[in-house]
Amino acid sequence: MSATRDEASTQEGSTALGAAPALVSARGLVKAFGEGDKRRVAVDGIDVEVLEGEAFGFLGPNGAGKSSTMRMIGCTSPATGGTLRVLGLDPATDGPAIRAGLGVVPQEDSLDGELTVRDNLVIYGRYFGLPWKACRSRADELLEFVQLSDRSDSRVDTLSGGMKRRLTIARALVNNPRMVLLDEPTTGLDPQARHVVWERLFQLKRSGVTLILTTHYMDEAEQLCDRLVVMDAGRIAAGGSPRELIAAHCTREVVEARPADGETARPAEVLASLAERIEVLPDRILLYTDSGDDTAAAVTHHHELDLASVLVRRASLEDVFLRLTGRTLVD
Amino acid sequence: MIGRVLPPLPRTARPTLGAGRHLVERNALFFRGHVLVILGGFFEALFYLLSIGIGVSDLVGDVEGPGGKTLEYTEFVAPAMLAASAMNGAVMESFNIMAKLHLSKAYEAVLATPITIRDIAVGEITWSLMRGGAYSAAFLAVMASLGLVSSWWAVLALPAALLVGFTFAALGLAAVSVIRGWQDFEWVMTAVLPMFLFSGTFAPLSTYPDPVAWLARAMPLYHGVSLLRGLTTGAVSGVLLVHLLYLVLLGVAAFWVATRRLEANLLT
Ligand SMILES: Nc1ncnc2c1ncn2[C@@H]1O[C@H](COP(=O)(O)OP(=O)(O)O)[C@@H](O)[C@H]1O
Ligand SMILES: [Mg+2]
Repeated sequence: MSATRDEASTQEGSTALGAAPALVSARGLVKAFGEGDKRRVAVDGIDVEVLEGEAFGFLGPNGAGKSSTMRMIGCTSPATGGTLRVLGLDPATDGPAIRAGLGVVPQEDSLDGELTVRDNLVIYGRYFGLPWKACRSRADELLEFVQLSDRSDSRVDTLSGGMKRRLTIARALVNNPRMVLLDEPTTGLDPQARHVVWERLFQLKRSGVTLILTTHYMDEAEQLCDRLVVMDAGRIAAGGSPRELIAAHCTREVVEARPADGETARPAEVLASLAERIEVLPDRILLYTDSGDDTAAAVTHHHELDLASVLVRRASLEDVFLRLTGRTLVD
Repeated sequence: MIGRVLPPLPRTARPTLGAGRHLVERNALFFRGHVLVILGGFFEALFYLLSIGIGVSDLVGDVEGPGGKTLEYTEFVAPAMLAASAMNGAVMESFNIMAKLHLSKAYEAVLATPITIRDIAVGEITWSLMRGGAYSAAFLAVMASLGLVSSWWAVLALPAALLVGFTFAALGLAAVSVIRGWQDFEWVMTAVLPMFLFSGTFAPLSTYPDPVAWLARAMPLYHGVSLLRGLTTGAVSGVLLVHLLYLVLLGVAAFWVATRRLEANLLT
């Protein structure tokens, strides 16, 4: 065991939870692009701790600073300010050593278009210094894992979006990483392709790999993440497990009332007193309540309102985001 | 569970020495399916030699070579073609690098591994030299078989051709790291052609008007041509060391600029 390794272990201090060491620990982390007038702060002083074995999410709209954060954690983008430790090491000085233990699925497709599907994996293993033989057997294993074995000799350009995504995920696993960074792993995929990716990520999680993912899909965050932070304009608006976030920033249930004529202002006035809190969106009114059925009954009781539909659903992270930022997340 | 000791990082955690070789392997994987492209580079150089050298030679007759030696025109022009083909190969290779940098974002994925920018620069230049070196070796063999080599010093022409390749590969990489896009690449190509024509390639510098001769002396290809011509014709003198030093210094400086610029561009 080398000296750096021992040092790393002590730096990876345990947290209140005790067991798991922090694989990522950021304090006041800042990322700014450009100088002077053109200076633009993408990440504005965030504190984050990711523990070994968990699936951690950054949830936020486009431009929130998710990718900038991921690239700093992946040691391909230097931090502008604050402190960052990844796998117990400092990206500024130990970039290659940290990257050796990471798997990265970047937001944009970065496969080697000139090579075949299988060669993409083989050469990626070589970049990590693995022996040829290990690279080849690992490539075949991973192609199996992401269900691309039958395409192994195809050129990458001939793959569909979902296949490319799966191949990129396979590529991120070549080096048996301790932690995998996934930047919007399912954006742009059709529902079926999405579910295939989710299923593979579940499997990874079960095998004990630490996952960090960014997404702007609420259902993805709820499905995959043990803990997450809601990011907006470079800052963290709230953090916790999906359940904790909903409990802290929302009621248990939500009633959605959709006026037939699409005009929400006047019905909103009438309905305001029926719930703890309401949100008025362009096409519908959301009523936050702990008893959805009672509130829905009270809403339908207002016969003078011409409502196309009234439905009760469980509160989701979408509601949390709306509450925290006053905006809906998608679009 | 509490205070659990972490498993050691995988063996690869220690950055491998000479990781740049993996980029060479990557290119070899690609060209495994493109053998004809590789062969094409060799024939291109050979065609220049045969058409200009042998064709024109009959019309021109003898010329004055380095150290006042009288040379057949083919003897005079062949080492220049060797230098020019080393240059061309390196410039063409930077074309490929340009595509990886601006079109495919291939390096971004590479940089997510323990590989560094320096490794990429070393790897791509090494690949360029391996490819160029193979052409140069074949070219020299053809020269020898046509009786265009008149000295044992010519054995050193191969490492010298590699040096020319290195200087231009580093210059190409520096150019690629500085320019913004394909439009600018046109300028690079525009600079290469006059250099090819006016570096003492086809006629001794003494036949040029003074300003052109001085401009040529500032160009790296002139030093490559002179170095190789000195070696293949056996006109060896201390001047060759000056040419050598020029190429080494320029190459190292260009390499330094290239890695700096690539770091600034890629690690944002
Ligand atoms: N390389 C860059 N140069 C300049 N600005 C950038 C760069 N990358 C990101 N930004 C800016 O930083 C902000 C955050 O971007 P990003 O981290 O990509 O957000 P997200 O991934 O959450 O959509 C955006 O305003 C974006 O325009
Ligand atoms: Mg992003």
